[in-house]
Amino acid sequence: MNFAPQALSTDGLPRWDGEGSSRIPFWAYTDPAVYRRELERMFYGNGHWCYVALEAELPKFGDYKISYVGERQVIVVRERDGSLNVVENRCAHRGVRFCQKPRGNARSFVCPYHQWTYKLNGDLAGLPFRQGVKKDDGEIQGGMPPDFDLKQHGLTKLKVAVYNGLVFATFDHDAPSFEDYIGPDVLPWLNRIFDGRKLTILGTNRQRIPGNWKLMMENIKDPYHPGLLHTWFVTFGLWRADQQSRMVMDEHGRHAVMISQRNAGGEAKAVTEGVTSFKKDMALNDARLLDVVPEYWWKGPTVTMITLFPSVIIQQQVNSLSTRHIVPSGPDSFDFVWTHFGFEEDDEAMTRRRLRQANLFGPAGFVSADDGEVIEFSQDGFRQKGADGATICELDGRGVAPTPHMVTETLIRGMYGYWRKVMEL
Amino acid sequence: MQMRPQALPLSVLEAQYYVDQFNARYGDILDRGDYAAWIELFTEDCLYKVIPRENHDAGLPLATMALESQGMLKDRAYGIVNTLFHAPYYQRHVIGVAQILNDNGSEIRATANYSVFRTKPGSVSEIYNVGRYLDVFLREGAGLKLKERVCVFDSEMILNSMIYPI
Repeated sequence: MNFAPQALSTDGLPRWDGEGSSRIPFWAYTDPAVYRRELERMFYGNGHWCYVALEAELPKFGDYKISYVGERQVIVVRERDGSLNVVENRCAHRGVRFCQKPRGNARSFVCPYHQWTYKLNGDLAGLPFRQGVKKDDGEIQGGMPPDFDLKQHGLTKLKVAVYNGLVFATFDHDAPSFEDYIGPDVLPWLNRIFDGRKLTILGTNRQRIPGNWKLMMENIKDPYHPGLLHTWFVTFGLWRADQQSRMVMDEHGRHAVMISQRNAGGEAKAVTEGVTSFKKDMALNDARLLDVVPEYWWKGPTVTMITLFPSVIIQQQVNSLSTRHIVPSGPDSFDFVWTHFGFEEDDEAMTRRRLRQANLFGPAGFVSADDGEVIEFSQDGFRQKGADGATICELDGRGVAPTPHMVTETLIRGMYGYWRKVMEL
Repeated sequence: MQMRPQALPLSVLEAQYYVDQFNARYGDILDRGDYAAWIELFTEDCLYKVIPRENHDAGLPLATMALESQGMLKDRAYGIVNTLFHAPYYQRHVIGVAQILNDNGSEIRATANYSVFRTKPGSVSEIYNVGRYLDVFLREGAGLKLKERVCVFDSEMILNSMIYPI
């Protein structure tokens, strides 16, 4: 097989030779033109919804926060009637990214450059000297042309979906409903966590990972690595191949859920022998770091890792819950924004427990810190080899199907099958 | 501004001296990666946190690292040495002169600015993490121990991962 991008078409993009999606060419992670098409098709168009916020971050009328859809900065803001707007942070006049405070409360948005003023829904409310300036002798100087229509010059408005506390947006006003976008296979797993209960925000962690954004999606569609890379998972039985688990995906293969149930951990020949990350005698000095208390809504699984293509990962790993927002920045870097949350119904002990278990996750996490590191090393390897290399994703075959175990790379193949279709590569 | 005419009381100078010396030692221990010594700088029921300023200022509790006892510090140290897979890097702490906020004879509250540089093998040095320590020291015998160190960092992005303590 040959993965070299010599088969350049008229659009200047490389072509993926051969069928299937089990060998992913390195150029899919490194090529700037491929990345630009990804932004257009995966983040801005083709009916894709992107995560922008949790509703609980914006409790009051006028509360806003800056967020991202792909590389485009947007403002998520609470309306008087309680609904949420998402508008692009770019003045219609001269393109200024006018909102600079990451969070705040506003009744309107005013661009500082020429004071163009927008309503919270993005409508242009007015602008200085629109009718010109009247001199003492009655002469009127300047002003906008008489046919200048305020209605035509608002901020770019995004279509918004608020789903049980999650806020998604899309530039594509023809996008299907959010529920249809997620699909009936994945939606129940979202409902399990987000059933309409009020959320509480515990805080944010931000990391800049020098790798292609898809590597993070892959990482959470890859049930193969956690019991190998992550000592805590294999040693304490939080994620390993002898657990009861299953891999769910939507009909397109783009969204997925990795579901599993914790076991007692410890030694088990089939999954720990020869695994260097397994630490037989490891015990915590302070057991509160992993003081797991089952919750009524788990109904079995102790971990569900949900990837909602292309922009967010939703994590439940025992008592720790977070959304992880992917904000791409060129083909070889993305920002990864973690928002940890709990529920209003949590007592103080549960909140403290969620915060303690947060030590496993985020940029310093006992398990998650390694993920950012290996993603960086992957990107380094792709760059080093150049265009004619490919990754191998053939654990459990070359096909794509929901799978009742975790010894598989099917979810990654599913995502790239979809990616090839949408990218037409 | 008018300079204070009299000499400072000896106890104030003493607290300043002890805290600055402590911080110098603290930075040195971390820069050498001597985690056993790092753990010994804290009391048994200590609190050690590294928290984004964004959360701290908003009153949100989530930290990047949140350890609530010497035992948890040990667990972190074990993770650094034995379980966390990462590219190695040097740390270099530059800790500013402490500001003593309060000293009641047994407990000193102080704060100090810090910057931590990161140098990966074969690469240039980068500004890795910038912030301030919010500290509570206990006087123990001739020395001090940290009952609480909260590292509030300005840096809005962590450069990939944070493995070593700050």
